[in-house]
Amino acid sequence: MDAIILLTLTGLGLAALYFLVASGLSLVFGLADVLNFAHGLFLGVGAYATWWAAGNLPGAGPDGLGFVVAVAFGVAAGTLMAVLVELVLIRPLYSRTIEQVLVTVGLSLAGVALLQATWGADARPFPRPAWTREVTSIFGAQVPNGGLLLIVAATLVLGAILAFLRWTRYGLIIRAGVENREMVTALGIDVRKAFTLVFAIGGAAAALAGALGSVYFGTVSPQQGGSLLIFAFIVVVIGGMGSVVGSAYAAVAVGLLQQFVNYYGTSGLGDICVVALLAVVLLLRPQGIAGKAVTA
Amino acid sequence: MSEPVLTVEDLSVRIAGLHILQGVSFTVAPTGVTVLLGRNGVGKTTTLRAVVGLTPRNGEVRGTVRMGAQSLLSQRTHRLVRGGLGYVPEDRCVFAGLTVAENLRLAERRGTTPAYDRVFALFPELDRRSRQRAGSLSGGQQQMLAIGRVLLNDNRLLLVDEPTKGLAPKVVTEVAEVLERVAESVPVLLVEQNLAVVRRLARDAVVLAAGRVAWTGDAQELLLETALTRSLLGVGSAESHQPAGPGADHQPAGQRTAAASALEDGS
Repeated sequence: MDAIILLTLTGLGLAALYFLVASGLSLVFGLADVLNFAHGLFLGVGAYATWWAAGNLPGAGPDGLGFVVAVAFGVAAGTLMAVLVELVLIRPLYSRTIEQVLVTVGLSLAGVALLQATWGADARPFPRPAWTREVTSIFGAQVPNGGLLLIVAATLVLGAILAFLRWTRYGLIIRAGVENREMVTALGIDVRKAFTLVFAIGGAAAALAGALGSVYFGTVSPQQGGSLLIFAFIVVVIGGMGSVVGSAYAAVAVGLLQQFVNYYGTSGLGDICVVALLAVVLLLRPQGIAGKAVTA
Repeated sequence: MSEPVLTVEDLSVRIAGLHILQGVSFTVAPTGVTVLLGRNGVGKTTTLRAVVGLTPRNGEVRGTVRMGAQSLLSQRTHRLVRGGLGYVPEDRCVFAGLTVAENLRLAERRGTTPAYDRVFALFPELDRRSRQRAGSLSGGQQQMLAIGRVLLNDNRLLLVDEPTKGLAPKVVTEVAEVLERVAESVPVLLVEQNLAVVRRLARDAVVLAAGRVAWTGDAQELLLETALTRSLLGVGSAESHQPAGPGADHQPAGQRTAAASALEDGS
């Protein structure tokens, strides 16, 4: 029983990490039809900016309020990076899919190379509050606090995104744009501003994933974003392009499946099962769990 | 004669290598309904979409389109619409996942007061169904929502693409009534296949054939000429419940272009 609770909560922690990366990817693809392979870079920028801020930024640090400031700095850096990528690189290439893929893949590779050149290729210890290294006993299971932090953060982000989509003017524009972008334009709305906004939201969520994921793993490395991005793409496809709620369901399914199969089967089998799940969903429901409509 | 609200000159549209429109020229009067007619695939929808700036990115548009003195082709769609060019697309295109109220709220613009009174006076059904998802409305209700959305703001010209397509006869009549009332205050460029609706609404007609203007003139005169409507539209005016009468032999005063002659020669 302890093992099941532990696996469930660590699986949900992993799901939270996937969701934070996938929610932005899903919104960007659903609204702007951009397959952003550079999304993992936003995660890397968030992680490294948090790591740097904790050691160098006045007021920031590895513990207490200082850590909150460091994470806020990391999220701000990831958001700024995402906005710049949209404005400078993606905006001239809307409706040119192949060029978008080339640019975002190139940017992703260049970004990782830049992080490696600046701070080295090896993983570095991540400064984190002492309590995140400890565990909390839940029904007898010793659950890492870092995982619980991820679950709480992802739940708050999910609630915030849904509230934004449901209650704000730009949320309404994004929901409509995911259904029919052209018609949004035909109502007199400059949909490009919404594109920038979803990139900013996605960049912020990915950067938060970078910071809190590094807390969970205890290290930061240049390749972190790329490896998580693969599973985030799987989550987006299973959940349905453009659906934040679908991404949340899919992230939970993928995280739990991975944890349980890796534990009860052999290590690595969980990853294969996730790919098999993707294949099954594509065969039975190609539009994903929640289709293309954003539900708020 | 008063200045036209819309002037289209030598408009050509090529999409994915296909010449959809080839030098189309016509004007839209500042009052009433001007109808754009033609068989399926002659370029009616392409014309409206080119005017409102919605030609696909792989398309190429040439020519001149002016609303008053303002040139339209160089501007982006949302600016044209904010400038008073209302567009009701083919197949309604309401946002199915949003409620009726949300669909209407999307059309609101900063700095202006949305004319909900006007919309709900024309479509009281929309007020009653404001919390219903647009995707669960009937085709007629969706059409009313699509038109209502555009009427929330003041327009200088409305482009309306096949508003009665796929609707039940009773709903077609309701939509025609609404458009008739709308056209009292704003000029309309209408694409329509239903000749009974055309007869009721249209004052001027522009007939397209194979991407060119085949005929322009008085719409009612055109509909009186059974042979001409059959050759240009593929349907005789009698088939659209036009009562036979002395007008059957009447010669329409509209201008028939070389494209119309070529069409007849080929048929």
